[in-house]
Amino acid sequence: MITYPQLRTRAETEAARLPPLLARAEHLAGTVLLGEHGRRRAGLGDDFWQYRPVQPGDSLRMIDWRRSAKSDAQFVRQREWQVAQSVMLWVDQSASMSFTSDDETGTKADRARVLALALSILLIRAGERVGLSGTSLPPRRGEAQILRLTEMLLSDEAADYGAPEARAMLPHARALFISDFLGDFAEVEAALFKAADRDVRGVVYQVLDPAEETFPFHGRAIFESMGGSLSHETRKASDLRDRYLDRLAERRERLQLLCRTTGWQFSSHDTAQSAQAALLWLYRAMERRQ
Amino acid sequence: MILGLPIGFAAPWVLAALVALPILWIILRAIPPAPIRRRFPGVALLLGLQDEDTVTDRTPWWLLLLRALAVAAVIVGLAGPILNPTEKPQGQSDRLLVLLDGSWASAGTWPRQMAMVEGLLDEADRAGQTAAVVNLSDPGEVLFQPAATWKSRLPGVLPQPWQPTPDTLTSLQDALGDIAVDTVWLSDGLALDGRETLARTLQNRGTLRVVQDVAGTRAMMPPSYENGVLILRAQRPLAGLSRDIEIHAHGLDPSGAARVLATMPLSFDADATEASTEVALPAELRARISRFEIAGAGTAGAVSLSDDSLQRREIALIAGREDREGLQLLSPLHYLRQALVPNAEVLEGALSDVLPANPDVVILADVAVLAPGEEAALIDWAEAGGLLVRFAGPRLAASGLSRGEEDPLMPVRLRAGGRSVGGAMSWGEPKTLAPFAETSPFFGLSVPDEVRVSAQVVAQPDPTLADRVVAELSDGTPLVTRKELGQGQVVLFHVTANAEWSGLPLSGLFMSMLDRLAILSATDAQDETRMTGTTWQPVRVLDGFGRLTDGQTLPGVPGEALATAPLGPDLRPGLYRDEARLLARNVLGADDVLTPANWPLGTSVEGLSITPIKDLSGWFLAAALVLLAVDVLASLFVSGRLWGARVAAVLALGLTLPHAADAQEDRAILDTREVVLGHVITGDTAVDDLAHAGLLGLSETLYFRTSVEPSEPAAVNLETDELAFYPLLYWPIIPNQPTPSSEAYSKLNTYLRSGGMILFDTRDADVARYGTASPNGRKLQRLAAPLDIPGLEVVPDDHVLTRTFYLLQDFPGRYASRDVWVEAAPADAVRIEGMPFRNLNDGVTPIIIGGNDWAAAWAMDRRGNAMVPVGRGRAGERQRELAYRFGVNLVMHVLTGNYKSDQVHVPALLDRLGQ
Repeated sequence: MITYPQLRTRAETEAARLPPLLARAEHLAGTVLLGEHGRRRAGLGDDFWQYRPVQPGDSLRMIDWRRSAKSDAQFVRQREWQVAQSVMLWVDQSASMSFTSDDETGTKADRARVLALALSILLIRAGERVGLSGTSLPPRRGEAQILRLTEMLLSDEAADYGAPEARAMLPHARALFISDFLGDFAEVEAALFKAADRDVRGVVYQVLDPAEETFPFHGRAIFESMGGSLSHETRKASDLRDRYLDRLAERRERLQLLCRTTGWQFSSHDTAQSAQAALLWLYRAMERRQ
Repeated sequence: MILGLPIGFAAPWVLAALVALPILWIILRAIPPAPIRRRFPGVALLLGLQDEDTVTDRTPWWLLLLRALAVAAVIVGLAGPILNPTEKPQGQSDRLLVLLDGSWASAGTWPRQMAMVEGLLDEADRAGQTAAVVNLSDPGEVLFQPAATWKSRLPGVLPQPWQPTPDTLTSLQDALGDIAVDTVWLSDGLALDGRETLARTLQNRGTLRVVQDVAGTRAMMPPSYENGVLILRAQRPLAGLSRDIEIHAHGLDPSGAARVLATMPLSFDADATEASTEVALPAELRARISRFEIAGAGTAGAVSLSDDSLQRREIALIAGREDREGLQLLSPLHYLRQALVPNAEVLEGALSDVLPANPDVVILADVAVLAPGEEAALIDWAEAGGLLVRFAGPRLAASGLSRGEEDPLMPVRLRAGGRSVGGAMSWGEPKTLAPFAETSPFFGLSVPDEVRVSAQVVAQPDPTLADRVVAELSDGTPLVTRKELGQGQVVLFHVTANAEWSGLPLSGLFMSMLDRLAILSATDAQDETRMTGTTWQPVRVLDGFGRLTDGQTLPGVPGEALATAPLGPDLRPGLYRDEARLLARNVLGADDVLTPANWPLGTSVEGLSITPIKDLSGWFLAAALVLLAVDVLASLFVSGRLWGARVAAVLALGLTLPHAADAQEDRAILDTREVVLGHVITGDTAVDDLAHAGLLGLSETLYFRTSVEPSEPAAVNLETDELAFYPLLYWPIIPNQPTPSSEAYSKLNTYLRSGGMILFDTRDADVARYGTASPNGRKLQRLAAPLDIPGLEVVPDDHVLTRTFYLLQDFPGRYASRDVWVEAAPADAVRIEGMPFRNLNDGVTPIIIGGNDWAAAWAMDRRGNAMVPVGRGRAGERQRELAYRFGVNLVMHVLTGNYKSDQVHVPALLDRLGQ
């Protein structure tokens, strides 16, 4: 029986609106996994690139005898160097992502998962390897990976706020971190520095609920985090609005600064906006050469 | 009085509780409104922020004020505030007597009088007086009782359509004895004998207040009809300013509905007590009027009932051949015409011309022979209530009419020839009339001596003759005979209508006799001679407010009394009937005059203006409730819970049941996104669970084996759920499941007509063959009776169900009975030569009935294990497999219709294409 048809169906719908993303592989060095991206230079690969005259140092096995027989010189057949980019996703599955102020728009986690999966589908269709950061699901190719990703993305975590997973990052890979980034900032900082150390570049994507952006509360209230670990009591919530918004802006600024330092890109999205626009932005961001 | 305001308190000591208000203020002020708990991930950013403004941890002053006001309103309300409390009058006795004239003239102000009496009784109750209420028009025993007791009996005190009699006043005076009593006399303001005496006596016993309001009293005098115009008169007791009133003439319109037929203005001149106007109304309209009423007066005196005096009867005069031209005095009709023309509309002409006008009376003077058609028409007319009066004469005497046997239009049989007495050729004197017998309608009329009868036709002696004679001669021979004919009657005067045979037409008795026979309608009640000896039965009587009520149960009234006796319980104003005559007795006669009452000097006469004493405690308590309701909203507001969506949600919750609707909508979306099989909820949990598990198993099987990928099966409540979402409904039968409502049946029929399929499963194929009376089978018959089900047959070998997915010939479930019924194939379905099955292309069977307990065979738990054993060993597994295959075929049949049946055409198509 169909248990999770909707998430996949919706992600497919989102993905269908964009042309397949041929994310540009950025660097060649170190990443030796072969893929379908011609690098416009000779190297290891499947497709023919050029014949060149034999140079000293070429072994006899490299000579293409059929071509060489047509003329007097000996030629070596070169193939185009093809690589595949590895993309690591981290989607915040923590309790804070399951917040929604309006049942119509859905939770932040829902939006984050759809965006991540849509992007994965685009990338996988383009021949990239996509996986989750950490050790749970290493990057792989093929349609089956989409199903595995879907299954992994549907597992919730009990923790109140999530911290980016930066372990076991492949060097020079690309990464996408989607979260509300309301938790401990030091962990985000550490993860990004760690990723930057391994020359991983990517996108930090903040997904927020409209209520978190506007703070539409009044009167006496006790605010609790989704897991209940944090709480704050106020007697006049409306007074807190400006200061809360200041802090939110400051958090964003720090994230932006951090991204600039590490060579990542940052953007923010709220669930009332369209997912299409968000995916478009992500598509551009992943395509962008650093 | 409190602080100059007209407010008093029933229990002032309760007000002491107001002292507690400041304490309440302090307590409330210390308790802040409770906070709301909100889940909010952004709390991480809030940590460490301090509140700038700390005012709201105390209850705001306006909320305190609101609550204090609410509590104060409760306290004041409980203290029993009273608006306009009356001061206890000085020097009063401990008895209060409330006298009511209670006549028709009081009816106009009756509600106000009652309100005032109620106030008086309340006051007496507070002052601890005992009270007695006496309606002088309807006197009872003078009982001094607690005022509250009287208050509960007030609704039974009603105005009567007459005035108090002087006797009542004197007997009241006697009944009071010499006790001290305070009196309030609510008078109608009309003169009454003995009023002054009683007032003086009461003044001596204690204080006397007289309350009267005569300004609005109006009376309608009986209308008279003179010279073709209707004269309407009205009176008022006190002359005053000029005043216009309207008089409504009520009656039945031609369609038989009671309505106001005419409205006539009437104006009192200044300083005049009487007003009159003349109105000319068409006779037809005038005859319809049943009463005149002063618009808006609402008293019996403002109503004047109309009787026969306004109605003019239509009388058709028919004579035999009038061959004696010029001898007018000898004309058979001359005296009749003279008698009738002033009082009635007389029609003359041929009978066939006159009868269609439906006259009230037809008089045949010496007419012996009628054409057969005329006779039949006359009988019909008489049986419908007509009065046929015949006079004898030479022609009648000479004819053979009613000789051998009684003619339908003759009251008696006649002897041949008639007789003449006292003529030149006969012995004896002309006969005089005998006095009228008591049973005769003429009883009471005096017989003048000068009336002599010299010739007559003679009635044949018959057993019925004695009953039919209403007047006879001194020798006992009948002079007037009468018989009933249907609803009408036939009267025969055994003499001529002219003076030829008798002097009767020349006498005044003739008029009276015609009158008594209701031939003349101008009943003059004042004429004692005409009223004597009659008894009048009340038909409709007036109550004090001028409303007509049924009077059939009241005793009859002698004619003399009806005309002159004063009105009272024994003689109520109303309509009275004596045989065919209708007479009205009105509250006021034509000569009555309204005169205002005289009170002894020194009597204080007040108008009927009352300041109502009002108990305000209800208002205060209501105000407290309103304030508390406002407090709920205000408290929500202060604690930040009162915001748009919340208020809207609360309101919506109060108005509708949105949750149920939402749930249904959600389910509708879920069930229409994928194919969903449904099972009908029977109410038996075990059966329902098994049906659900069965459909789950079938859904799994479909998912694995076919391109149909159903979602979780749905439990369908026939009463509330939409059926259209489910292509297949599985309906297990249990003997005690409830029968669906008629709405549910109409939904089911719509479902079946629009292509749905129901699989009925009696689940008893192990013990019963279909058609035998198992409890489940009988229940199924009852359940399916209101359904729109076509003719059924056992699944034929070539039914499309046998090949929609798998090739099957058996449809086993947990049991393997072959009795599975589907819609019968049309009779003209033929099997084409060489084809494996018949040509059946149309429609999906809307219904499948069987007893194989398929759900049990399909049932699968969440791990895919079979839940119910089927058969034994391998054979059992094979049977379960076949059950699944049947399920797959069934769903395929529902979803694809007869698509598989279409394959039969493939060879034919190939033939046509020439391949």
